[in-house]
Amino acid sequence: MLEKVFETELAVGEHLAVRRNRLEPEGGWKKRITLVSGIHGDELEGQYICYEVVRRIKENSRFLTGCVDVYPALNPMGIDMAHRTMPKIGMDLNRMFPGKEKGSMTDRLTAAIVDSIIGSDICIDLHASDIFVREIPQVRLAEEFAEELLPYARWTNVDMIWMNATATVHESTLAHSLNLMGIPTLVIEMGQGENINRSYGDQVVDGIFRVMQEMGIWQGPVADTREPAVSSDGEVEFIRSDVDGVFLPQAEHDHYVHSGDLIGEVVDPFEGTVKRQIYAKRGGLLFTLRAYPVVYEGDLLARILAQ
Amino acid sequence: MHVEEICRLHSTYREDMRVMGYCFGKGDKSACIVGAMRGNEIQQMYICSQLVRALTELENNGCVSAGKSVLVIPVVNAYSVNTGNRFFGVKDVDINRSFPGNDFGEPVSRLADALLSRIGEYSFGIQLASFYMQGEFVPHVRMMETGYQNTSLANLFGLPYAVVRRPLPIDTATLNYNWQDAETCAFSLYTNCTDRIDENTARQGVAAILRFLTRMGIIRYESHSGYISHVLYESDLSDVYAGRGGIFRGQVKAGEDVRYGMELAQIIDPFDGRIRERITAPTDGIVFFAHTESLVNESDVAYRLIHRLHE
Ligand SMILES: [Zn+2]
Repeated sequence: MLEKVFETELAVGEHLAVRRNRLEPEGGWKKRITLVSGIHGDELEGQYICYEVVRRIKENSRFLTGCVDVYPALNPMGIDMAHRTMPKIGMDLNRMFPGKEKGSMTDRLTAAIVDSIIGSDICIDLHASDIFVREIPQVRLAEEFAEELLPYARWTNVDMIWMNATATVHESTLAHSLNLMGIPTLVIEMGQGENINRSYGDQVVDGIFRVMQEMGIWQGPVADTREPAVSSDGEVEFIRSDVDGVFLPQAEHDHYVHSGDLIGEVVDPFEGTVKRQIYAKRGGLLFTLRAYPVVYEGDLLARILAQ
Repeated sequence: MHVEEICRLHSTYREDMRVMGYCFGKGDKSACIVGAMRGNEIQQMYICSQLVRALTELENNGCVSAGKSVLVIPVVNAYSVNTGNRFFGVKDVDINRSFPGNDFGEPVSRLADALLSRIGEYSFGIQLASFYMQGEFVPHVRMMETGYQNTSLANLFGLPYAVVRRPLPIDTATLNYNWQDAETCAFSLYTNCTDRIDENTARQGVAAILRFLTRMGIIRYESHSGYISHVLYESDLSDVYAGRGGIFRGQVKAGEDVRYGMELAQIIDPFDGRIRERITAPTDGIVFFAHTESLVNESDVAYRLIHRLHE
């Protein structure tokens, strides 16, 4: 059943509404899972995942024994405009949680989202990478919640669990706010901004059904899921450009590279010259690879999960 | 005065973005003033340019105190000013949410690191700042409540108000917060506008900074004494929200006195022109912030009021 969890009047003939689809079995339920996506409007991978989860449940609704809440678009105008932030005010919605009931529009929006998720037994927040780099499916965990979240994360069928205390895990995110409230919340990151990688999507959908099965929400058949690599920051090698130019990748994303392999080149389109050749310092899985060509000094080109 | 390059960023397609500093006097790193960090901070850049002009003249007249130096950086983010974007680059990064930065990090993170390592050692830091909402402020100076803040120094600007803000997680990546963290006494100065120049408040801003520098013994400058500032906590302001979306017809300006029940604004239906809502003052007070855009959404902050202090 489609429900509005938040609605506010915009200036000209439109409301901003956050909607969820609640799927529940007929005879009542005990456990509840929440899937959210589209906090960042330029990240679309979750659109396929939401579609596919709802589709599979509707197709085999007899197997559903718990409640599934699906929110494809927490930042609906952002998705409509492919803006990462809230259009017009330019604020990152995922830095505005937990919000407050009596406050500005974003305060009320974030508070209403949190309020509507309270009572869930687990929440999965589906992100994509930005348009700049491609990522393999991965769960990112803040160290302070790692112990509690790791068992759930292992079911999600991602390739990697990255215990990352600083780089991408912030306070005032939805996930942090929910974890503080005792609702286990996983952040899954994959693919590329403004794109859908269907095979990554299917992989994560299988993982979501595994989570639902483990939690007694789904009694149907579930695909075999893989055991993700669990890594801490020390095993991740960051490769950044030390010049500006145009990056041309040579290696394949989501493949293994050896130490000394050529990852790509940064070239100068005016002079027709190669400014830098970028080599892997350590062998391992090339789990991040730059997709957007133009770079400044400091831009991320690749990340390798060392073996 | 001498001009110094603080840092630069290379682009394959444009001239280098050079962040330039204007240095006055010799000796202790006494005060640093930073202007446009976002591409729409035109008033902020203008105030700095006028300050550079005034300090050049003061220095020529021997009015910078011996053993003191002042650094002014009018523009940090010239690339975005020239392309008309608020934030930096295709990645749209807010430089004022990128501190303390990291020498091995993203481009903007390197820029923030280079900037902070140059300006982090000043005793006083003044940032000409802007707010994320479009609107008009009563000119004021703002400090973060970090435990190091010294509100009695904020009074020395002689602006009508000094506001203390309790930092939210999102504030911890601002220049102001990280300056304080580096033991610089940091102030953010807000005038009434951002993307256009208001000569009156720009002059008031320049005068406030010169007054502060004079009172700290960094320069000698004949200034009138300014206001005796009221110190306010941001949490004590009363927010007045729009109850409807529509066309915003504001009736009061920042700085005006309002009475309980007085009409502050009307929200007009954009189709039929009828009044959807009349926003009234919930208290006697002074308008600290006023929404100035022509349109408003439901729950936007229309006004922030200072409760009148009954003596
Ligand atoms: Zn995201």
